[in-house]
Amino acid sequence: MSETTAAPQAPVSTQTRPLLEVRGLSVAYGAIEAIRDITFSVQAGQIVSLIGSNGAGKTTTLRTISGLLRPKAGEILFEGRPIHTQPAHAILGMGVAHCPEGRRLFPRMTVEENLLLGAYTRSDDGVAEDMERVYELFPVLGERRQNKAGLFSGGEQQMLAIGRAMMSRPRLLMLDEPSMGLSPIMTQRIFDTIRNLRDLGTTVLLVEQNALAALAQSDYGYVVDLGRTTLEGSGHELLADQRVRDAYLGES
Amino acid sequence: MATLLQQIVNGLIFGGLIAMVALGYTMVYGIIQLINFAHGEIFMTGAFGGLAVYTWLLPAEAQKIWYVALPAMMVGGAIVSLVVALLMERLAYRPLRNAPRLAPLITALGVSVFLQELTRIVYPGANSAVPFPNVFSAAPVHIGSITIPSSGLLMLVVSVVLSVVLQTYVNRSRMGRAMRATAQDPDTSRLMGINPDRVIVLTFGIGAVLAGIGGVLYGTYINNVDPYIGFQNGLFAFAAAVLGGIGSIRGAVIGAFVIGLIKNIADIYLPGGTAYDYVWIFILLIAVLVFRPQGLFGEVERVRA
Ligand SMILES: Nc1ncnc2c1ncn2[C@@H]1O[C@H](COP(=O)(O)OP(=O)(O)O)[C@@H](O)[C@H]1O
Ligand SMILES: [Mg+2]
Repeated sequence: MSETTAAPQAPVSTQTRPLLEVRGLSVAYGAIEAIRDITFSVQAGQIVSLIGSNGAGKTTTLRTISGLLRPKAGEILFEGRPIHTQPAHAILGMGVAHCPEGRRLFPRMTVEENLLLGAYTRSDDGVAEDMERVYELFPVLGERRQNKAGLFSGGEQQMLAIGRAMMSRPRLLMLDEPSMGLSPIMTQRIFDTIRNLRDLGTTVLLVEQNALAALAQSDYGYVVDLGRTTLEGSGHELLADQRVRDAYLGES
Repeated sequence: MATLLQQIVNGLIFGGLIAMVALGYTMVYGIIQLINFAHGEIFMTGAFGGLAVYTWLLPAEAQKIWYVALPAMMVGGAIVSLVVALLMERLAYRPLRNAPRLAPLITALGVSVFLQELTRIVYPGANSAVPFPNVFSAAPVHIGSITIPSSGLLMLVVSVVLSVVLQTYVNRSRMGRAMRATAQDPDTSRLMGINPDRVIVLTFGIGAVLAGIGGVLYGTYINNVDPYIGFQNGLFAFAAAVLGGIGSIRGAVIGAFVIGLIKNIADIYLPGGTAYDYVWIFILLIAVLVFRPQGLFGEVERVRA
């Protein structure tokens, strides 16, 4: 793969096969169609973001990729293989980790137990080492590793949720609104961490309502509106796009 | 005074029995929010399984050596209970995994009656009570005027040991962690790579092994079994699990001992005697639930998005 060293502004190569391809995805909750036609791809080594207003269908898209929901139509290819018929636990095993909206830690378990659950499928002996790496990255977690996860602040919980998702050593890390409820300083720290992970070789699919922050960090982005992908471009192109500025960056 | 102490001893022994059954109720509920009303029948088939091993598999010489006969019967009973529980999960409950809650509940009642009647028809002589050998016939222990039957003491010791082992397994092992995670948040557990079917099968399996061993020890203690012992003792065990806080392992064990003590004390000291012990137990249960709906050790259900 030649894309792994892509600079943030580099155009997406059409020659290399994307790590993740989502084509014509449609998902319904009972009779309510939540997404109708989501099409996008994620190149290896990049941060790709999906932005869009509340209810656009971003969370539904991620939950379908990770196997918690089943598509009504369309397909999802990971490394060229269809995964939308696989159970969620098998998709994690293939290298797709999902850090869900609202963090969803196991609040009555300790920091350490949450991280061990992130490494549940692993049997190699690098788990302890990776756990130390998470503690290095987020010292506040290392200092209180035997504390219950539910006792931490929002920002600390988000760190733990990202750390937990990293523990499976994913090739694709999906983050659903990691900045939700965080202070601007904490948001900045989380985004620094995400870029750091990308530089270390993890591909990131980022979902955000905070479009400005997300696009500034992203190699590529897609706009999701009413269950469809409507615009795409590099992070900088989208930031400069008047339609994006009008709709999502609070300008009139 | 002597009578009271004797009833306390009997209550602790009965509590030990009920704990082995209550653990299965509470664990299955914790994972899939199903009150498995057929869990008592898992206990009952375990007792008959142990009896079958004694009757048809053990040579006459081995029947007399308790440290050969009893382990063989416990293993046999546990295997029968395990097979019954896994078939029950696979054939009756798994197809209803996404059905409204009432469907598996009613199915559980059906499975319960089915297993009672199946045992009655299939097991030779089970139309009435079948004698169960007292394979552990060591001399009873006397402390002052109190008599502790050796088979009862054994039941209490095995129950406490198994409860501690189970608690340690659930708190410390990788699969135990997966079970707790699935109980707290099934969807997020799947995102960790946990296969819910494996956790559910493991949970039914552990509950069945405990109930099967309990069934064999019950037979050894009471010296006869019939197809309805699962229903009678299952009701006490269900009450114990709810009293302790359904879903809680520690709660089920403590609830079981509370119920064992109340039953044995009510049998002697409260109006109605043995005929009314259910009444007193369910009055206590209702009283506790009025003031503490989550039971003694249960978690208050958290509001989740
Ligand atoms: N569990 C659910 N049941 C029914 N409708 C849902 C459910 N979850 C989301 N929806 C609907 O699906 C649409 C997309 O929601 P969601 O994927 O959460 O959007 P986003 O993450 O972009 O805010 C919304 O209209 C929402 O109301
Ligand atoms: Mg969302």
